[in-house]
Amino acid sequence: MALEVNIEKQAGTFRLQAAFTCEKEFLGILGASGCGKSMTLKCIAGIERPDRGRIALDGRVLFDSEKKIDLPPQERRVGYLFQNYALFPGMTVRQNILCGLHAEKDKKKKEQRADEMLELLQIRDLASLRPGALSGGQAQRAALGRILVNEPDLLLLDEPFSALDTHLRLKLQMELKNLLSGYGKGIIMVTHDRDEAFRMCDRLGVMEDGRILTVKGTKELFADPETRTAAVITGCKNIAKARKTGEREVFVPEWNIRLTTGTPVRDGLEAVGIRAHHFCPDETENRFPVRIQGEMEEPFEWVSEFRYDGQEPSAPAVWWRYAKEIRPPEIPEALGVKPDNILLLYS
Amino acid sequence: MTDLFPLWNSLRIAAISSVIVFFAGIFAAYRAARLPRTLKGILDVILTLPLVLPPTVCGYFLLLLFGTRRPLGSFLMQMGIRLVMNWPGGVAAAVVVAFPLMYRTARGAFESFDENLAWSGQTLGLSNTWIFWHVRMRACRQGILAGTVLAFARALGEYGATSMLIGYTPGRTATVSTTVYQLWRTNDGRGAFFWVMVNLAISAVVLLAVNLLETRERQGKKNGA
Repeated sequence: MALEVNIEKQAGTFRLQAAFTCEKEFLGILGASGCGKSMTLKCIAGIERPDRGRIALDGRVLFDSEKKIDLPPQERRVGYLFQNYALFPGMTVRQNILCGLHAEKDKKKKEQRADEMLELLQIRDLASLRPGALSGGQAQRAALGRILVNEPDLLLLDEPFSALDTHLRLKLQMELKNLLSGYGKGIIMVTHDRDEAFRMCDRLGVMEDGRILTVKGTKELFADPETRTAAVITGCKNIAKARKTGEREVFVPEWNIRLTTGTPVRDGLEAVGIRAHHFCPDETENRFPVRIQGEMEEPFEWVSEFRYDGQEPSAPAVWWRYAKEIRPPEIPEALGVKPDNILLLYS
Repeated sequence: MTDLFPLWNSLRIAAISSVIVFFAGIFAAYRAARLPRTLKGILDVILTLPLVLPPTVCGYFLLLLFGTRRPLGSFLMQMGIRLVMNWPGGVAAAVVVAFPLMYRTARGAFESFDENLAWSGQTLGLSNTWIFWHVRMRACRQGILAGTVLAFARALGEYGATSMLIGYTPGRTATVSTTVYQLWRTNDGRGAFFWVMVNLAISAVVLLAVNLLETRERQGKKNGA
């Protein structure tokens, strides 16, 4: 067990109740802004203090309210990459990286390790620049270098890409993933971007109102989000209340249709979700007549808005998204969904 | 040859009080910036009061505090420190009057400090003291420098509280500003003019220094400071 977290913290009306574990893996925490993601990381790093609970890393207790243990951040060996990278102004990139090596007393070794890190991150040319002269990506690398030379036992990434231009993000995500593959220690990244979370993380937890819901493998979470919140945050556009009517059948009042599901329906069903790209004009199962209401062209896809015949007038329209290559010559009159693509959402 | 004692006296009073105000102001500002809102409001009023009070009122309170027959004053007398009618009293007066300038500018700088910088230093294992002097003070240096210069200039020009506490004794307590008044009062127009020019010259040098520092800072920023 690398990291064990079980903490509570009250901040005004907001209540944080986070319980999860992180192995030597890339764990993501996905949630909307203000859900408590950053606060969770700050509690682990020792910047914020939980009211109750326990945090242990590789068997070392970092925080335990019962035993009155609360290590200062300096003694936790937890690296924290801030959203704005927090490089020290007035110091060069090299000096910033040397700050991460303050424990190394041998001056020669210190300089050598700083050089190695600059080399590894390919920022040797930037060594004598100050943070103000760096681009977002360069600053990120410098900040990461400063943390990595410090050799923390756990690495926390707080929305590491949100300060970057969109076109740079993908490139830097790729770089960071490559750099940290084989890192051999636990990494926790918090983000509100589902694509980013999907690309980077081995396992993913969804956070809402200070609580961490399902934590599971990234692909499994996207395939079966289990809760409405997780479905929304993983990008499911169509969610409607539903009730169980058979072992593999649910009724959706808003759409006035009965859907066959791929897996048996458990008790306590709250809603079903259908991802916008899972509708298909050729699919024979779960096929119902529809009326297309509007269409919008995107660079590589079409987005349509439709209503089922018999759909409640007050219910929002349903989204359908498909690649341009499969655009049918005529507007389809009915759309089907594979039973496996019906997401069953429980409360 | 004019006796230059007032210049020397003013400079030593301003210099000593600036050093005291520098540390006291930074300490108070650093503490105040992290206090809860209501407490900060109350402290703010108390610490800023000397800025808006007439200096004579400050002088009055200082006399109440340091008068030779008052507890604190007589205690200091026993220790061999005499503030009333003696030049160190000028330091006390200048400290009280200049303190709010340092406190307010430094607090403004501390409040706009990005706390992530301090936190990132902590998670790297850097000591809080090191972070304070190398990161926080470094990031806030412009505000702190501005506060120090303002406090120095204010201490140098202090008149009201000083004249109440230490009066005007040529060669012993006379400062530039009390000398200007004294000479003017005794119809020595030329003498007063000389000291006015001295005052103007010092102020001009101080302001020039501030401007130079600011330009250098700006250029540094452009080069990526």
